Amino acid sequence: MNLQRIIALLKKEFGQLFKDKKLLPIVFVAPVVQLILLGYAASFDIKNISLALCDLDKTKESRELAEKFVTSGYFTIEYATDDYGTIASYLDNNKVNMALVIPHRFGDQILRREPASIQVLVDGSEGNTAALSMSYFNQIVGQYSNKIITDIVGGRPVGGITTEVRAWYNPELRSRNYMVPAMLALILLITTMNLTAMAIVREKEIGTLEQLMVTPIHPWELILGKLVPFIIIGAIDVVVVLLVMVFWFDIPILGSIPLLIGLTGFFLLTTMGLGLFVSTISHTQQQAMMVSQFFILQPMMYISGFSLPIENMPPFLQGVSWLVPMRHFLFIVRSLILKGVGITDLWLQGSILLLMGIVVLAASILRFRKKLD
Amino acid sequence: MQALNIMPIVRKEFRQIRRDRRALGVLLLIPSMMLIMFGYALNFDVKHSNVAVYDEDNSKTSREFAQLFFTSEYFDYAHRLTDLKTVNELVDGENVRAVIVIPSDFSHNIAEGKDVAVQIIVDGTNSNAATTVLGYVGAIIQQYSLKVMATTFYRRGQQQVVRPIDLRPRIWYNPELRSAKFLVPGLIAFILMLTAVVSTSLAVVREWETGTVEQIIVSPAKPVELILGKTVPYTIIALIATVTILVAGYVLFDVQIKGSFLLLFVVTLVFLIGSLGLGLLISTIAGTQQVAFMIAVIATMLPTFILSGFVFPIRNMPPIIQAITYLIPARYFLVALRSIILKGAGLSAFWDQLLYLVAFALLTLGASSARMRKLLH
Repeated sequence: MNLQRIIALLKKEFGQLFKDKKLLPIVFVAPVVQLILLGYAASFDIKNISLALCDLDKTKESRELAEKFVTSGYFTIEYATDDYGTIASYLDNNKVNMALVIPHRFGDQILRREPASIQVLVDGSEGNTAALSMSYFNQIVGQYSNKIITDIVGGRPVGGITTEVRAWYNPELRSRNYMVPAMLALILLITTMNLTAMAIVREKEIGTLEQLMVTPIHPWELILGKLVPFIIIGAIDVVVVLLVMVFWFDIPILGSIPLLIGLTGFFLLTTMGLGLFVSTISHTQQQAMMVSQFFILQPMMYISGFSLPIENMPPFLQGVSWLVPMRHFLFIVRSLILKGVGITDLWLQGSILLLMGIVVLAASILRFRKKLD
Repeated sequence: MQALNIMPIVRKEFRQIRRDRRALGVLLLIPSMMLIMFGYALNFDVKHSNVAVYDEDNSKTSREFAQLFFTSEYFDYAHRLTDLKTVNELVDGENVRAVIVIPSDFSHNIAEGKDVAVQIIVDGTNSNAATTVLGYVGAIIQQYSLKVMATTFYRRGQQQVVRPIDLRPRIWYNPELRSAKFLVPGLIAFILMLTAVVSTSLAVVREWETGTVEQIIVSPAKPVELILGKTVPYTIIALIATVTILVAGYVLFDVQIKGSFLLLFVVTLVFLIGSLGLGLLISTIAGTQQVAFMIAVIATMLPTFILSGFVFPIRNMPPIIQAITYLIPARYFLVALRSIILKGAGLSAFWDQLLYLVAFALLTLGASSARMRKLLH
């Protein structure tokens, strides 16, 4: 390898990068915008469950129960109606998530100490929301039941079991803490892999790759010249994302920062390797785009545990997910940032990533060289 | 004004697509492949979690209580902890999601009819899973609590009022709350958006980069004709892909279309035209294919995933982000899709969404035609 030639190549590559007035802003600004959007939007926490109330009883007890839902902070009563028949249309037309029907005699039954029934209709089309809404609903009804029991026994303790929850690592159970570190992986993957693949295929498409080949440049130097600028871009993206995470979203890095940087380097090996690989199998930029979008980005986003829990997948997909570098990197960033674990808990994922990176990168370089010769 | 003559351009685009067999195959097959893969991967039901119980009391009562967690179907495996020090290790290594700590005065207090506090330590990193597991644990505890209260009442000779309120939940549209049911419509929107934009975002800029654009400039075709001509073939391909997705969704995930096929077709067509228009707009803005690709990924993938209501409910987002979601076309499409497919609702349930989609289509096609005109001059 000749250092001078590499420097000359790098100058050319950087010149090309800076010439494109649109690319650099996208590469640096877009991740920040996306991160901030995601940080605020990615939340499964449910706060404003819209409720239609059909209180057919209209007694002190029924109003008290309805009041409990409002004061809980989880529910808002959007519609109140006396007509049982209109409830279906509220749900059909997406006006409310749930409907609560308090039948006649509710208050009466409570006073007589008979079990009083209430009905709740849930829109199940958003299954996740529905399940969580139901569990809040149950809690509130449970609390109200307990209150009735305590009233009956005249305030004496009845020996119920209360729970005291302690959520480790994320005391307020904010979804953001889980999603924002994961964005580090996704942004790195998108920028480094795509850019590497497109940059090489572009030269192929325009025909300048052949010109480069007739120069005395060694294939190794060519690859290095192509990869280095994107490694630098990737590194800057990492720093930007981490700064936004720590200072904007207030998610501190509990683990060791050098370890995080080192392991991120391993992950970068795999994304670069994949980008290079895509470039060897594509003739046009459109093909490169489709391959990286559909065969790499999408599967990685879904089966890496980015937003969907791996343990719920069928065993076959769980097996496949072991082959996805992002799965291991996600485990690393989340545990290191949120739990502060060190090398003793991460050595397995770290070595898998390193191994994958070396294999993918070496295979792609060999393929690339073969194409050139 | 002359009638628009788009057929020659449509024919040319078709020929180009046909020649690139690989790309055509990808465009036709990938959507259903994605559905199959993601349909199985997308599952929010947290059922297979591990929990651990630490029983400081170790009495007959506490063991009976702990047993409830070992026999529950929600948890795959429950550890019995003998030492609280191992909790750290278990939770750090992601071996258990929650640890239930039974205090040493558990049985004593229950016998006395006093309140008992049971501590639950939960791994909060994945807050969604944590909330769900807490829900299951809470339900088990509540049930046990009611049983304990009943016994206390019985001992005191009081009348048995165990469950003052009898809750009868009924879940509509998706009674088993299967994730697949609500995610499949979302996936359709996501996949269509992605394929539409990916297939067209390079369409114009490519001609620019390879130099064929000069031939277009000298041709008598008008910008609007060029844009429409490029849209039609991809619309047809995407519609075919939509049909395969729906069939796959029905066969594999048992997601049936309850509503009208005609409405579904109309809504999908309008959404597709809008998305293809967006792809073309990106193509006319970007100077190089590289830039076009980056914009396409950034403008479609994450926003459609995050801001459309596909995965995260829009109602919970902060107001500013909610305002931004109005700019995401998949948001409207998703409401319409879920209404038609799951609820079987008619046009009255989502006509406003359809209007937004029409506006989106007109906007993207208009803007890309305008950009095209500027490029050609």
